[in-house]
Amino acid sequence: MLETYVVPLLKIAVLLNAVLVSVTYMVLLERKVIAWVQVRLGPMRVGPYGTLQPIADAIKLLLKEDITPARADRWVFTLAPIVSMVPALIAFAVIPFDREARIFGYRVPLYIADVNIGLLYILSITSISVYGIILAGYASNSKFPLLAGLRASAQLISYEVAVTIMLVSMVATAGTLSMVGIVDAQYRSGLWYAFVQPVAFVTLFIGGLAETNRAPFDLPEAEQELTGGFHTEYSGMRFALFFLAEYANMIVVSAVATTLFMGGWLRPFPNVGALSVLDFVPGWIWFLGKTFVFLYVFIWIRATLPRYRYDQLMRLGWKVLIPLGIANLVVTAIVKVLL
Amino acid sequence: MFEATFFYSLAALVLGFGVMVITARNTVHSVLFLVANFLCVALLFLGLGAEFLAIIQVLVYAGGIVVLYLFVVMLVSLKGVPEGQGSPRRRAQLGFLMSAAVLAEISAILVYSARHPGNVPAAPAALQGGNTETVGMLLYTNYLVPFEVASMLLLVAMIGAILLAKKEI
Repeated sequence: MLETYVVPLLKIAVLLNAVLVSVTYMVLLERKVIAWVQVRLGPMRVGPYGTLQPIADAIKLLLKEDITPARADRWVFTLAPIVSMVPALIAFAVIPFDREARIFGYRVPLYIADVNIGLLYILSITSISVYGIILAGYASNSKFPLLAGLRASAQLISYEVAVTIMLVSMVATAGTLSMVGIVDAQYRSGLWYAFVQPVAFVTLFIGGLAETNRAPFDLPEAEQELTGGFHTEYSGMRFALFFLAEYANMIVVSAVATTLFMGGWLRPFPNVGALSVLDFVPGWIWFLGKTFVFLYVFIWIRATLPRYRYDQLMRLGWKVLIPLGIANLVVTAIVKVLL
Repeated sequence: MFEATFFYSLAALVLGFGVMVITARNTVHSVLFLVANFLCVALLFLGLGAEFLAIIQVLVYAGGIVVLYLFVVMLVSLKGVPEGQGSPRRRAQLGFLMSAAVLAEISAILVYSARHPGNVPAAPAALQGGNTETVGMLLYTNYLVPFEVASMLLLVAMIGAILLAKKEI
């Protein structure tokens, strides 16, 4: 009873809250980092150094008027923000934060589920999340959201192909689809897969930028051309849901990249005994630290790079990344057979 | 008991969504019901212990193919349902004939399989805690030829689509 129902439910509750809180604080982090890059201070008024700004924002968005356009498709308009938020949250079910932790004398594994199709689960969840964007664009019954919705979904589908092909070569190296199994495989090989499969690693990161609609691939939100993208007609908490979904997706991509390519909860050089001093840091702290590095790079890139043009984006996806992925898969297969 | 409840409630949902797909007035709504239908079918697969099939169902059908349907529907018929051609009575008769044929086929299969209870072994893969490996192994050994034929078919379809879309090559 305790093991099968209570512990997983508690874990889910803790994880959901942690994700939602970190999502709101990601917004503050982004504003602060971009401000520093541009030699500004960023939000400073609410709380010391603006630390209470996310809470003020959330209260403001909750109190705003919730407008549905008159000619909108009412049902789908309500459904779209939910459909975009839910996949971002349930993807966390298979992400392993650590093998296990001691909490009040219990040994609790720090993941909700370790299924042997973990990676496929993540891929299918991200393929579902495109619906939120398309439906928002359609249901608003307005030109700009529709165009943005079409752009976003075309972009997402194109980059999903490249990322999936690259992940196939990663899986061929690891020999398993389970997220815990992949980290274990990295422990056995003594190397993070970022060094074994550098091409796949870089592609996954570029694809992650494109799939979360982040700069320099944030064409669905291109303000100059599309006023605000697929959420132009949304207001109040529904708009906030889209916003939170984007940040939650960033965290998912970072956590997946950490698990697959940066050794998950493993310390650097997991097989070198001389460095076992580092073991006093618990695994989940390593995991969160690595994830944070990815998140920081996301923001850094947004502050640094200009936006791609749409045809450049499509060319990069279809003519560079996908052929590169197939070549990488062939090379991986040959090396795997020869060794 | 639990399994039966699970199966029958899911089966009801699958059939219900299936009916909604063909009765919805709005084409986009009908595509959305199709997605719900696929997700319920994936849950059915999951209940049978075929988790690989369930995930592929979501990944390929719900996440890939139906997105393309939605694209086409949104781009083509934003102005509402297009005017049908031909008399509706004739189309209803045709539809009735075709569904009668399908029903006859299904009942024939049911009767045949009830008369010939084959010695189909229960899926052993579920016991080993994973059927991804088994499916992959079978696809590349016993079912290699059908697999290759299917991929050939997809390639032909792809080339055909490019040929149709490009005015001059």
